[in-house]
Amino acid sequence: MSEILVYSDIDGTAFELVSAAKEFAQELGATVSVALLGEGAGGKAEEYFSYGADRAYVSEHPALSDFYVGTFAEGLRQIAESGDVEFVLLGSSKRGKELAGRLAQKLNAGAITDANAVRVRDGNLEAGRYSYGGNTVASQVIATAKKVISVMPKTFELGAKEANQGEVVNVDLDLADPPVKVVERREKAGDQVNLEEAEVLICVGRGVQAKEDLAMIEELAGQLGAEIGCTKTPASDWEWFSEERMVGLSGKKCKPSLYISIGISGQIQHTVGIVDSKIIVTVNKDDKAPIFNITDYGIVGDYANVVPALNEKLKSV
Amino acid sequence: MDVVVCMKQIPDLQQIRIKERRPVLESVPLVWGDLDKNAMEEAVKVKEKLGDVKITVVAMGSDKLQQGILEPLAMGADEAVLLTDPAFAGSDSMGTAKVLAKAIEKIGSYDLIILAEGSTDNYSGIVASALAELLNLPEITYVRELEVEDGKVKAVRNMEESFEVIQADLPALVTVAQEINEPRLPKFMAIRKAGAKPRHEWGPDDIGLSSDEVGQNALRVETVSNLAPEQDRKNVMLGGDLAEQIDALVDALIKEGVLGR
Repeated sequence: MSEILVYSDIDGTAFELVSAAKEFAQELGATVSVALLGEGAGGKAEEYFSYGADRAYVSEHPALSDFYVGTFAEGLRQIAESGDVEFVLLGSSKRGKELAGRLAQKLNAGAITDANAVRVRDGNLEAGRYSYGGNTVASQVIATAKKVISVMPKTFELGAKEANQGEVVNVDLDLADPPVKVVERREKAGDQVNLEEAEVLICVGRGVQAKEDLAMIEELAGQLGAEIGCTKTPASDWEWFSEERMVGLSGKKCKPSLYISIGISGQIQHTVGIVDSKIIVTVNKDDKAPIFNITDYGIVGDYANVVPALNEKLKSV
Repeated sequence: MDVVVCMKQIPDLQQIRIKERRPVLESVPLVWGDLDKNAMEEAVKVKEKLGDVKITVVAMGSDKLQQGILEPLAMGADEAVLLTDPAFAGSDSMGTAKVLAKAIEKIGSYDLIILAEGSTDNYSGIVASALAELLNLPEITYVRELEVEDGKVKAVRNMEESFEVIQADLPALVTVAQEINEPRLPKFMAIRKAGAKPRHEWGPDDIGLSSDEVGQNALRVETVSNLAPEQDRKNVMLGGDLAEQIDALVDALIKEGVLGR
């Protein structure tokens, strides 16, 4: 019976993938395995089983104590080739993405990264991902015997935990020490915002030209319980915001219930990060701004008037 | 020291129009991806610092590269390898990595290979990692600061939760993040002089591959469809004066159940 092997350096993402893989496995007649790699990884097996994994390959090999892509790819290769693994599902974190290409090469496999949809089709998995900078969505299938797909976090809902027995397989991996050395880790300063989790998200674009106007937007965010994000310019050019708050192709992908864009024209590089919002509200003085095409409720007007008026109104709601 | 930079031309993303959900690419000019320019800029900075460095730019693409390659050459590359044979057309990421690996092996000496952390159009990040595997090189991705000295590389990687400072011996492959530098705009004279720099054009035979092993014949990933996403937004433009617009907006958001959660 073929296996779907799940691995992510971020357990939360891996749990989502296991939850989805369990459903794919039923349709494909496959089983779900997870790779638990690194110091103390074996202790997580029970939790993975509770999300539906049938099997956990565990290695706490010392070469896996720091994540190096080549070493982890080699570990996953050995696991994938010892079992009957047809699909490898990785989380599309930065480490997951770099793993995908390296592992696929080791397995003579095709790879798809940043999938934001995966479904069963004709006994294979079909993945959707953005193409042409987000202008289109490509649906792709992998034609090789083994297949590597890295999936964006939050693509799948976390399944319910259930009592479930799984098999722990302690694997004896043959690994060399990594050729690169991590000499220091500098924690990123302060701004530990998690935009992906935000229920309400307000994003600021280059139409907001005075930094002091952020005060009214922060007031609005406070009233709505919103997080504030931004497009590329206010973060990387103006440095008003940390990169953690950049939303879009090279930033965060968010799925809030309510998204409000302020002074954002709607270039595809930003909008791919918010297209999955439930309701999109736009405030922009240019009625031809492309973002109005993907807007539910739009106000053509100067944010400097609209936002304070909205702030006043919300005080009475 | 020998530095190889791999770059790709992409359609100008701002100029792609959608017609019946299909991207219209005809008459859309090809440009270098922004991140690819960051990769070249970093190579030029290494050369400016160390002096005795030869930079070779390797690019796979259409015959439009003949003109396009002048830009990286003018930025500071010393030599170019163009992989414009029609047999390469339609390669997927793994196929691209294979061709680049063979071309780099033919170049023969490489201490440092630099690519973008992802292409600016698809941002899949597969090519660099597959290339590192094919050439059996250490790989340092998402680099925002790079120092090269005495056969060693020290790099700061931009990871989700931290900046990782990495050391490795050369040869190594590095991918760069957008914040690593500001790519220079080549001056007119530099572009004119770039035309005189050496260029090589290699087809499959030149790099030890047959036509069956490249391009469309070597696809590992098949694209079933590639369409603009359907969207079913309400597209309600709120009219009236400001007070009416605000009232209507708040009413609508309450009805949608997205306020006061």
